[in-house]
Amino acid sequence: MNVSTRRVRAIFRKELREYRRKRSIVAGMAILPLIFLIQPLVVALTLPASASSQLAREHLLLYMLAIPALVPAALAAYAVVGERQQGTLEPVLATPVRREEFLLGKALASFVPSVATAYAVYAMFLACVALFARPAVTPALLRGSDILAQLLFTPLLAAWSIWLGIAISARSSDVRVAQQLGMLANLPSVVVTSLVAFNVIHPSLILAVSGAAVLLFLDRLGWRIVAATFNRERLITGTR
Amino acid sequence: MNGQGSAKTGIPALSVQNLGKRFGDRVAFEGVSFDIGRGEVFGFLGPNGAGKTTTVRTLGTLIAPTSGSATVAGIPLTPANGVEIRRRISIMPESPGLYQRLSVAENLGCFADLYETPDPGDRIDRALRAVNLADRANDACGSLSKGLRQRVALARALLSDPQVLFLDEPTSGLDPVAARDVHELIDELRHSGVTIFLTTHRLEEAERLCDRVAIMNTTLRTIGRPDELRDRLFAKTLTVRTLAPLPDPARVFAGLPAVDGWHPDGHATYVLGVTEPAAAAPAVTRALVAARADVLSISESHHSLEDVYLELINSGEEACLR
Repeated sequence: MNVSTRRVRAIFRKELREYRRKRSIVAGMAILPLIFLIQPLVVALTLPASASSQLAREHLLLYMLAIPALVPAALAAYAVVGERQQGTLEPVLATPVRREEFLLGKALASFVPSVATAYAVYAMFLACVALFARPAVTPALLRGSDILAQLLFTPLLAAWSIWLGIAISARSSDVRVAQQLGMLANLPSVVVTSLVAFNVIHPSLILAVSGAAVLLFLDRLGWRIVAATFNRERLITGTR
Repeated sequence: MNGQGSAKTGIPALSVQNLGKRFGDRVAFEGVSFDIGRGEVFGFLGPNGAGKTTTVRTLGTLIAPTSGSATVAGIPLTPANGVEIRRRISIMPESPGLYQRLSVAENLGCFADLYETPDPGDRIDRALRAVNLADRANDACGSLSKGLRQRVALARALLSDPQVLFLDEPTSGLDPVAARDVHELIDELRHSGVTIFLTTHRLEEAERLCDRVAIMNTTLRTIGRPDELRDRLFAKTLTVRTLAPLPDPARVFAGLPAVDGWHPDGHATYVLGVTEPAAAAPAVTRALVAARADVLSISESHHSLEDVYLELINSGEEACLR
């Protein structure tokens, strides 16, 4: 099967243009990361110097891995059912676009802004901590291993969230239901990252590598399942 | 019912044999067969729920048939050929389905890329000029009237220079002027060799535009040229009106060439069954003059496509009730 990059790009560009012109999408993408930024930032900036030893046992930064898990969920959950509801799905599927091209375009359009937003929020957090936190606290917050984990797990979590969201979107008949289910389906990822952040699950190199391998496997599996179950007829006619 | 053999030119652009689609126990359409020649405008008529849109979607590879076979733009209708068929055809659904927040040009640009058209800028310009929308290229589709959106959808359908163009209710909801523009465009496309499969509820539209029509109500009821269908369904008649009732109409109308019979139809009005109106009318006129009748009018009865449609659909419903 040959994937046409031009067709993938056409879907991707169209999605980005729609995001830009729909303020609720931009607001939705901005609000959630800000909420996840504010809490650790408040903690980081108000900690006394004496808290650094306690902080050394936690991984506050990892708490923000919830951002790549949740931000793309809403976008991906809208991807197919949104087109269906606005009546634009049939004309698109009537073109020579293959389902893989359609899905890749949709996934990329959720992936790129979500990962960019997540990295931007981390960067903002790191800059605020470096500039405003107490000097004794800063090294406990800005650990190389945590930053590396952020960089590694952000795209992996985002991709998993996107395939879950698109799978739900392709089976739903209502945008709101799809978005709520998309959020719910990603809660396990958020719970796991939070447990690691608060040291309930002790992070280690082996855990990080095996976690990344599992996510990579799930991402590939998700893509294959979504592509295999994408059914033009069911989407057009609404039959089960 | 099979419409083979009446297609406009040699190799058919669409060839359908016993095609059918079921959704579980429900039959959307079945046993549909016809051929459509290249450059032909083919009307597909039927009441709501007759299976017209499902037929278009099936031929457009959006849904899979449950029985029968077809060749679309020269390619067998199979799942493996979906992309190749969709490259050669274009479907304009009943609802325009435009991205409301994007401009007209952005909408068309997206579809030009999906069709991988060479020189998309030029194609978009040509398509917009064809539907008289060149000056609205930068307007958001959400700000356009329904008629203009319909035209954008038509421009979108023209982007890929399709061999077969499926138009599903293209003038639905349009005012008469906008509908006339669409009709003119269909005429132009016909002359440029595009095969057009037109589903419509507007019978006068089908009569005006289509080389042949098929009337469908889950199964194909009939297929042919509009005038053929009229002749097939309705006897030819002449209606004679005189100032006063004829004293002996049987003597006046008896033995006239091309006249099969007659019956009165109200006060001083007579309906004559004829085999050939052009041959019968002069003979009837002479007979009336010879009988010293004061003739008000002699007119050939005209049955519209609407009459044909209603006759076939109603007879089908009655058959179902029986």
